[in-house]
Amino acid sequence: MATSTVFVAIFLFALVLLAFAPVMTWVERKQSALMQDRIGANRASILGFKALGLIHPLADVIKMITKEDTVPTGAHRLLHFISPFIAVVPAIISFAVIPYGGVYEMWGAHVSLTVADLDYGVLYVFAVGSIATYGSMLAGWAGNNNFGMLGSIRVSAQMISYEVALGITVVGLFMIFGTLKLSDMGVLQQETFRLFGFLEHFGWVAPDTKWIDWITIPMWGIVLQPLPFFMFLTALMAENKRAPFDTPEGESEIVAGYFIEYSGMKFGLYMMGEWIEVVVIAALLTAMFLGGWSIPWLREADMISGLTPILGENMANLAAMLLAVHVFLIKVIVLIFFQMLIRWSMPRFRYDQVMNLGWKILLPLSLANIVITALGILIVQEVTH
Amino acid sequence: MRTALFWVFSAAAVLSALGVIGNVRTPINSALSLVVSMLALAGLYVLLEAQFVGLIQVMVYAGAIVVLFLFVIMLLNLRGSGAIGAETQPIMKAIGALVAGGATLWLVRTLAAGRAPWPDVDDGFGTTRAIGEALYTDYVLSVQVAGVLLLAGIVAAVVLAKKKID
Repeated sequence: MATSTVFVAIFLFALVLLAFAPVMTWVERKQSALMQDRIGANRASILGFKALGLIHPLADVIKMITKEDTVPTGAHRLLHFISPFIAVVPAIISFAVIPYGGVYEMWGAHVSLTVADLDYGVLYVFAVGSIATYGSMLAGWAGNNNFGMLGSIRVSAQMISYEVALGITVVGLFMIFGTLKLSDMGVLQQETFRLFGFLEHFGWVAPDTKWIDWITIPMWGIVLQPLPFFMFLTALMAENKRAPFDTPEGESEIVAGYFIEYSGMKFGLYMMGEWIEVVVIAALLTAMFLGGWSIPWLREADMISGLTPILGENMANLAAMLLAVHVFLIKVIVLIFFQMLIRWSMPRFRYDQVMNLGWKILLPLSLANIVITALGILIVQEVTH
Repeated sequence: MRTALFWVFSAAAVLSALGVIGNVRTPINSALSLVVSMLALAGLYVLLEAQFVGLIQVMVYAGAIVVLFLFVIMLLNLRGSGAIGAETQPIMKAIGALVAGGATLWLVRTLAAGRAPWPDVDDGFGTTRAIGEALYTDYVLSVQVAGVLLLAGIVAAVVLAKKKID
């Protein structure tokens, strides 16, 4: 595999992570202001130049880095030090398997827009995410603070509960696509199916009816598995511990919860971890449910072969690649906005409600979904063969 | 590269395993050593081309089961309160020493017999598909039995946890 492959993918990786996380603090402030009829961040300025409040993320970073880093007496010093890192690193490395695009051949190079195109891509994200639990859990314990302890107990219970639902919700999708590999899912979602194709199979219409071939639906995950899309989103948001699932840091009861004893950039790392996780959630949902990098009804291979006579093979591939990245990022941005919308529209769940939702609603529904999906697959196989 | 990684993971696994039994006074450190040991084992699985097993190891053991250990340790607030009863039961000590000694002896004998080469496996080995096919064809009975066993465990837990069955 050519080195250029890795470079392109790592460049995108860095771009998405480094550019999105800080800017998102600004986006969320502005968006929450919009929803609550306020103006939002607008004070920080460089020489009177405010740039719509975009200086605020910069000011925040300077503030966090220059703040005193306190370690409480009686804290477990090593665990107190490493917990923020354990929380943030899994979020960053789970990007490695996200496909920003397909595989392109140009100027003799073989460019793949996935840093690590693993056979078990989704499982890797789950495994890495399950390690992140330690970052939050140990933080509350290591600080030697009772509020922190309560926070860690809540966080570990919540994350364990939703990990179970998280894995099982998407089994139906794996059954349909027959793969765990995210790039394969991206390719499969470019296909379409005929919505009324069954009429022809049963002989209810004339065999060469034209309109049946016209009405097609893209095989996106959200079309094939609509309910699991929302269940998966819910479970992922609960894993990320942001509102409405932020009982582990419930300000009104336990002050700040598990990261209560952190100041300066270590506290900042927890915030950053949450932001990055928001992007990971959006990217994962895009890759699995929203067709990945593709435009509906447009197969990428068809597009490249169509453009080749006009632009030449290299430029056609380059154009397809640029388009793929942009389509992917647009979908990611829409999903990020959607998550923020949820955050500012829902009140915080009570702790028992969080547990009930995870164990009594999401888990049974996702188990039922597996059975129903299996039946559906069998029926489709019967009908089409 | 592979050999170097093997030594790194093996050293981490052995050292952290010693940490699990060595940290008698601080159960949290002990549990965390167990996590490191699990992660190192997962690394070894991946080196042996068993990526799926490695990931499940991380997800289930390191990411869920040891979290529950920690959860219990935190709930009982065992901060530096010492191990429970390990010193006071000579029979337990004797049994532990016997089993550990026997296992070590067996290990030394196996290692002395010769070095195992890196496995030479075909492309599909260790993939999700290969494991799924093996589980649901050759080992389907074991999977079903394990499933029933787990179900019994779940039902038992519900019965024990619920004070009044309605």
